[in-house]
Amino acid sequence: MSQLTRQDIESVAYLCRMTLSEQENSILTDRINIILEDIQELTTLDTDGVTPTSQVISAVNVVRKDEVTPSLTAEQATANGPQVAENCFVVPRVVDT
Amino acid sequence: MADKLYELTAHELSDMIQSRQVSARDVTQSFLDRIDAVDKSVKAYITTTPEAALAQAQAVDDAIGRGEAVGALAGIPGGIKDNVCTYGVLTTCASKMLTNFTPVYDATVAARLNNAGAVMTGKTNLDEFATGSSTENSACFTTHNPWNLKMVPGGSSGGSAAAVAADECAFALGTDTAGSVRQPASFCGVVGFKPTYGLVSRYGVTSLASSLDQVGPITKDVSDCAMVLNAIVGKDRLDGVTLDIEAKDFTKALAKDVAGLRIGVAAECFGPEIDADVEKAVRGAIDVLIGLGASSKEIALPHLRYGIQAYSIIAAVESSSTLARFDGVRFGVRSKHAGDATLMSEKTREEGFGLAVKQRLILGTHLLTGSCYDEYFIKAQKIRTLIIRDFEKAFEECDIIISPTCPTVAFEIGEYSDNPLAMRNADACTVHANLVGIPSISVPCGFKDGLPIGLQITGKHLDDETLLRVAYTYEQTTDWHKRKPQLI
Repeated sequence: MSQLTRQDIESVAYLCRMTLSEQENSILTDRINIILEDIQELTTLDTDGVTPTSQVISAVNVVRKDEVTPSLTAEQATANGPQVAENCFVVPRVVDT
Repeated sequence: MADKLYELTAHELSDMIQSRQVSARDVTQSFLDRIDAVDKSVKAYITTTPEAALAQAQAVDDAIGRGEAVGALAGIPGGIKDNVCTYGVLTTCASKMLTNFTPVYDATVAARLNNAGAVMTGKTNLDEFATGSSTENSACFTTHNPWNLKMVPGGSSGGSAAAVAADECAFALGTDTAGSVRQPASFCGVVGFKPTYGLVSRYGVTSLASSLDQVGPITKDVSDCAMVLNAIVGKDRLDGVTLDIEAKDFTKALAKDVAGLRIGVAAECFGPEIDADVEKAVRGAIDVLIGLGASSKEIALPHLRYGIQAYSIIAAVESSSTLARFDGVRFGVRSKHAGDATLMSEKTREEGFGLAVKQRLILGTHLLTGSCYDEYFIKAQKIRTLIIRDFEKAFEECDIIISPTCPTVAFEIGEYSDNPLAMRNADACTVHANLVGIPSISVPCGFKDGLPIGLQITGKHLDDETLLRVAYTYEQTTDWHKRKPQLI
């Protein structure tokens, strides 16, 4: 894997919906490249025919009955919202009218 | 009545409360006074809850006064890691993102402790969102190791381990994604247990890497560990991976008996990264168990060395998904610089997350893009399969595996803060139990330069009781767990 540049880090940060300061970008570019170089060793290991693990217990499709049970009120559910109105979370407009 | 109730174990205090030698209120007050005396040095707690604790203790005393039967944990003060939701009590995950977050519900483990009559002393410090191995990544402050205040307590559950070691609570809860219960327990000279994956509910616990996360107790001895497990283990309809198994009394495993026990010892667990004194202490512990009737056998874990690298990939990828929920919409802080919705998320996350969390988010997101998904993430999950097979094969020849919990004793605050690989290697001995989903416990087995060394005992899937039995047998034969740091 080639080394990531500051521009690469900025692009990935955008995918994370997270901006970074210049200083953070610089530090993270260095640190992430160190980690990427380190994990490169794994690519040399022969894993042909090995099934990837997705979970470590035997449970498959855990389901339960769709029953109404006591739950949070709308007021409780929105109690920690940074901006709330009429039991709804208020966010900046995401579609043009 | 003992004048220093806070020095006693949970089971000793339980006996005294049940037999009315002391009141739960006196016990709680003793721990609250201890917190007042030493936490300015140790800094284990982000939030303390003295009034609520005394009210809980009073409720236990009232119940006992009415002649009601109360459980073993009734009136026992415990700390809870601050990534576990507690109704009405600030839960910050040691992040700026959640400085104002007060949960409107209890995590299942918090509710179960509450139902058992345990008293919550407060919320303990951690690396932000459990990302780290020293508590230095906490946005609040760094916790200090009670054995030497210049040293880290380990992490991410460093606040919980330090609080127990400093007698600031009788027990604590931590969470363990790569060793975050066992590693700080080792650094602080207390007992830390990661149960089999699926034994304890994570509902209400802020996820880091969901295929690895497990809640576990940090205690003063193995008997206390069994007591806490009795309260928190069990199926929970709100956490789909909890296993539907019959209720167990883990205290029944507390027998001094290792006759016929087969101990697996892998050369891969004693590589050059292991400090010579740590290795000597751990091998000495194996000899103690052999002297009590166990036998040891060399086993092979050929893929062990790839575990920490596979973990780096899997944890980063899963974290990039679980931490996506922090976007300034439903809880936590929202940036004042929010313009449109995208900028709101971007600025909220820039201002709310610390550097270590950002590092993991960016690494994980990068490893999911394009060819990286197959080349690294799927590769890591295949290596996880190979590690699981290694352990399955090893357990055909042995009942438990013994290794150091950590390569070294606690390191100095600031020593590794700029070195991502060195810090990560603090988890090199513990991460495998998470990748495989098996139980693992750390118990004190010696000291180096006045700092505790941890013995790690790892067992088969759902054979948690054998670990408790072996740990108990070792503990009853030695006195490492009885030593206490001199704080004042």
